Amino acid sequence: MTAATTEATLRERIGSSTLALVAVPLRALFSAIDYPMRLVQRVVGVVGMPYLFLIPNLAFFGTFVVIPLFINFGFSVTGGTQLYLEDRPYVAGEQYGYLLDCDNVTDVSTCREDRFWRSIYNTITFVFFQVGFLVIFSLITALVLNRKIRARGFFRSVFFFPVLLSPVVVALIWKWILLRDGLLNAFITWLGGEKILFFISPTWAMFWAIFVSIWAHMGFYTLILLAGLQAIPPDLYEAAEMDGTKPSRVFWRITLPLLWPNMLVVIVLALIKGVQIFDEVFVLTGGGPGTSTLFIVQYIYETGFASQVQNFGLAAAASVLLGAVLLVLTLAQLYVAQRREAKAA
Amino acid sequence: MLLHRAFRGALVGSVALGAMLSVAVAQTELRITWYNDGNEGEVLRDLLDRFEADNPDIKVVIDTVAYKAILESLPVQLAAGEGPDMARVTDLGGLQQHYLDLSPHLSDTAYWETNFGPFLNWLRSNEMPSAIPGFMTQLTVTGPFINKTLFEQAEVAIPGEGATWDDWAAAAKEVADKLDLAIPLAFDRSGHRVSGPAISMGAGFFAADGGPALVDDGLKMMAQKIYDWHEAGVMAKEHWGSVSGTQYLGANEDFANAQVAMYMSGSWQIGQFEEQIGDAFDWWAVPAPCGPSACTGMPGGAALVALKTSEHPEETAKVMEYLSSEPVMAEFYGRTLFVPAHLGLAEKGVDFQTDNPLAKHALEVFAGAVPSISETAFNLQGYPNNRVMFNALISRLGQAIVGEMTLDEAYERMTDDVAKQIAEKERGG
Repeated sequence: MTAATTEATLRERIGSSTLALVAVPLRALFSAIDYPMRLVQRVVGVVGMPYLFLIPNLAFFGTFVVIPLFINFGFSVTGGTQLYLEDRPYVAGEQYGYLLDCDNVTDVSTCREDRFWRSIYNTITFVFFQVGFLVIFSLITALVLNRKIRARGFFRSVFFFPVLLSPVVVALIWKWILLRDGLLNAFITWLGGEKILFFISPTWAMFWAIFVSIWAHMGFYTLILLAGLQAIPPDLYEAAEMDGTKPSRVFWRITLPLLWPNMLVVIVLALIKGVQIFDEVFVLTGGGPGTSTLFIVQYIYETGFASQVQNFGLAAAASVLLGAVLLVLTLAQLYVAQRREAKAA
Repeated sequence: MLLHRAFRGALVGSVALGAMLSVAVAQTELRITWYNDGNEGEVLRDLLDRFEADNPDIKVVIDTVAYKAILESLPVQLAAGEGPDMARVTDLGGLQQHYLDLSPHLSDTAYWETNFGPFLNWLRSNEMPSAIPGFMTQLTVTGPFINKTLFEQAEVAIPGEGATWDDWAAAAKEVADKLDLAIPLAFDRSGHRVSGPAISMGAGFFAADGGPALVDDGLKMMAQKIYDWHEAGVMAKEHWGSVSGTQYLGANEDFANAQVAMYMSGSWQIGQFEEQIGDAFDWWAVPAPCGPSACTGMPGGAALVALKTSEHPEETAKVMEYLSSEPVMAEFYGRTLFVPAHLGLAEKGVDFQTDNPLAKHALEVFAGAVPSISETAFNLQGYPNNRVMFNALISRLGQAIVGEMTLDEAYERMTDDVAKQIAEKERGG
């Protein structure tokens, strides 16, 4: 269909006068913008134009991300309890020194700030299991939901539904299920078992923190993987079927390699979100029992805000260290991905 | 004629609108940041409605927030200079630097000194030793409640006057064993709640030079008891063991659900228990159990204070004067079932508006406990860094209870935590 026929059809459908009503002001608007844009382009050159368009976004990003990052670093080299940076005494790397002061990092009891190290080890354990199982379960779910099963749309909604819930709501629902007199214990006693006090056992508390987090976020990652699966050309599967390839070989040789870009997105996002875990676990276990589900962000929050002496400097130093670790992890993943892509090419 | 009428209507309308606008413009809006334990927010609103009717130029807005926000968000707000005109606070000494001295605006400062004198010292800083920043909305006293019905059902004798903590713990355990109860004895997870019993065991909390000295033999004795009670199943790990750090966790709901034989909390629960439990079972306040040194609870409470962030100190003082006046205070304490912190009313007696004999009994017990509160407890309550000590106590003792460290390690960490935090605070800037 040519442009002329398209316009003719449009004119026919919506009428010439309506078209003119929309087109005339638009044309006027664009002509009004056109002149100053040409003028700007003459000044900054064609190469400079994309940067000009990026300025609003960069200004927003700079104001709300980059500047706070520097302010946070500023706090981390100051001490005292004053809120404004200019009122706080400069202490150089003292806060970092206090956090990292350990005789033996594998034994937290030898560390001066033991809670910081406990939160680090807890976060590593959490991320290892949460990200691992999250990726596996999301992949399995996406594979199942990609098949032509009955009520596929319904199941897709079911798996996605928890993503829509607020983390606090998610945690409260599970807390009611897991309490001494919660639904799960009622079920266990109905089966003739003994009540389990999930929140006073470090192992159970960590298990439920991981489980609830997977339950709440799996739908989102499943969706990303499902989109990736649907983008794989069906003729590859048809060719494999005609060759009589085993399903397991199809999975390892076709599905997984072609799904890798999506997998990488899932792993990076899950890893970052895993390290940042706070709200759900804070409501669910409160970081307990003891400090067995105290994660790094909760440590930062408690140090900076929940104590009578609000130690912003120490909290800021901990968050700078957390940021540095996240940066290293992200760069490592990007490096691995690039190497893989280069090999494939 | 019609035009004339329309013109006249428009004129009258604009005059009325103008008058309304001028009232609105002239009206000063004051804000109170407030939290509730029971019905006190409702009572305050009612009292303020009457104040506003008599003072149409002042409007008072109550911003009700969670208690956690009073502890964690309000200090940041105040440090940023963005606070309200007044706030109800419990960290009485910790926020001293933000209090506004109302005395230049008060018509009768002697009334405040006479009726709130001893409690004003909790609000005064070294820089403003004679300031009048506010008044106590309630005096609280920590102490235990028991479920008397459960004691009767288990046929366990209630320990009498002078009974020790060990006597009470043994009795509560016996009740729980006989009735297959999950929690014999519960303490709110709060350093403030443990401090009274610790002082009874001989804890001094201060060194000879007046500096903080959290860990001593008295504190160790009480900490050891709490630890042993958890080991022996007298206390349930769900309260002290199930959360981390400095988090507060009350056992009030478990007590209200009749799952606890003895509950160590305080007088502020009376209103809530009257409403929640009513006469479902006999919730019975008992005097503070004894240790070798004393039989004391901790005093405490909440104060309504004026804040330096207020742009209307005169109007704020007017509201505070109204709320602290004797008849208003009498109504406030009477309707909220709070132990009065107004000495005149404490002497005259408050007509508590309840028919519930359990609530009346509890009020008598807690009000009667005030004279026996130890001096150390009063000093600790007035110490500006008391929450630093309370927080170090619960976070480290909690870790010992769940087995993350030994009690000796916990004591060492408590001392370090207090020293580090106070040093950080004193570093100033």
